[in-house]
Amino acid sequence: MITLSNVSKSFRTSKGTVHAIQDVSLEVKLGEIFGVIGYSGAGKSTLIRCVNLLEAPTSGSVVIQGKEVTNLPAEELMQVRRKIGMIFQGFNLLKTATVYDNIAIPLRLTDVDKNEIDGRVTKYLRIVGLEDKHDAYPSQLSGGQKQRVAIARALAQEPELLLSDEATSALDPETTESILELLLKINAELGITIMLITHEMNVIQKICDRVAVMENGRVIELGKTVDIYAQAKHPTTRRFVNSTYHKELPPSLLQELKETGPVVRLSFVGGSTSKPVLAQVSALFPVSPNILAGGIIQLKQEKIGTLVVHLNGDPEETKKAIAYLEDQGVKVEGVEVGDE
Amino acid sequence: MSEIQQFIEGRLPIIGESVVQTLQMVSVSLAISVLIGLPLGILLILTRPGNALENRIVYQVLNVFVNIVRSIPFIILLFFILPFTKLIVGTSIGIKGAIVPLIVHAAPSIARLMENALVEVDSGVIEAYRSMGIRTRHIIWHVMLREARPTIILGLTIAVINLVGATAMAGLVGAGGLGDLAYRFGHLRYEVDVMYVTVFILILMVQCLQSIGNKLAAKYKKD
Repeated sequence: MITLSNVSKSFRTSKGTVHAIQDVSLEVKLGEIFGVIGYSGAGKSTLIRCVNLLEAPTSGSVVIQGKEVTNLPAEELMQVRRKIGMIFQGFNLLKTATVYDNIAIPLRLTDVDKNEIDGRVTKYLRIVGLEDKHDAYPSQLSGGQKQRVAIARALAQEPELLLSDEATSALDPETTESILELLLKINAELGITIMLITHEMNVIQKICDRVAVMENGRVIELGKTVDIYAQAKHPTTRRFVNSTYHKELPPSLLQELKETGPVVRLSFVGGSTSKPVLAQVSALFPVSPNILAGGIIQLKQEKIGTLVVHLNGDPEETKKAIAYLEDQGVKVEGVEVGDE
Repeated sequence: MSEIQQFIEGRLPIIGESVVQTLQMVSVSLAISVLIGLPLGILLILTRPGNALENRIVYQVLNVFVNIVRSIPFIILLFFILPFTKLIVGTSIGIKGAIVPLIVHAAPSIARLMENALVEVDSGVIEAYRSMGIRTRHIIWHVMLREARPTIILGLTIAVINLVGATAMAGLVGAGGLGDLAYRFGHLRYEVDVMYVTVFILILMVQCLQSIGNKLAAKYKKD
């Protein structure tokens, strides 16, 4: 669907050249939801703008559905953009137009048949669940409703690809949840490929099939969401993954426990979730595991279980126990003070 | 009673005529100033750094030009551009002769007002419309001008009121109008009642214009 090859973008500012993205190559497959996560300034916003050429890359190539789109003449680029929907953190609706007009005006301006416009507006307002808000002005809507209008506006162009630029970052957790569900629905029912950028790991967790992690303008890790959760390699990725656990152990407790054995986080994916491995550990080694916290995270397709466990025992024996757990397909990670 | 009657019979026709002259000068020069100022304002916005037709030279030239014209007081401008006025309309006196300097005076201000109103338009919305593959001219009309309407109207209200003020000086080139009347009758002939009536009409006019402007702006403001 989208192939970015060695894309770089630098900006010249008064303080010198800023390399916003450097040599990024990635592919977004047809029908998937692909997430790009990174802290502010990582370059993800610039990256997504390079896809529809709102920012022209300094070098590299952007291929959308087999068509190289960098250096297209203005007229052709416009046609390409008409097939790519985009939603934004700030919703970007016309303040002076009703919900209906906010969706209808872009249709009128992109040469959509006049007789078709009314039907499309109604259809997509129904899909986003705002069929009763035709005549409302954006100022009369909540943030979530505004984002729904923006989504309806993007969908009404009947795109094959939807770009989402931090679409949930300005919304409260509950509204975020409902917008994410809407995006899942759009992806599943309308078959629209979605590329999104975010700084919130829960967005990745809930709806993304694959994820790229960005830092300092580069992609530092890329893979299936479940793999990233189970075996994040880069420290930044690990920090993002840990941010979804919400399990804070009091540092004093952690210090105290560490005197009698390590505190570890165990992650269970797929097959390893069903085995009674902790019971085995206490049976096989002179180690008594003490569960401190636990939970299951629902990814888009799989579940991941986590346990934070204190392994009480002799250092030699706990080492063996950890090796055994890893052998059984459980991912083991030490928990340090100030880790989460 | 007879004094009032005398005033009504003697001065009312001249006052009426002056009101008409003032309205003529204001409306004609406003219409043409908007026709010049609006595109100029749009050009200023588009050629600004970071915008669709970014062009440092065009922007700077326009910018300096607008500033120069705006820094000349109208009463000086009126005489300063006499040859230009004569070239354009064939005469430098009367209402025709006043309208040219009024336009030269008002158009750059309106351009600046437009620029300020348009620059306030949320750049995110413009970006969203660019991302949908919509032509720049459509973005100007359907996004920028539309969203800026309330600010544009308030700006134009100020421009009209300034024009009413400027027409008072147009009497100096024999264009008549309320200001001229107040000066000739009220000041030179010391007919204080004419002065009072004229001032009263001007106050009324400005009040009306401001109210209409406020109402229209409120009508288009939806946030």
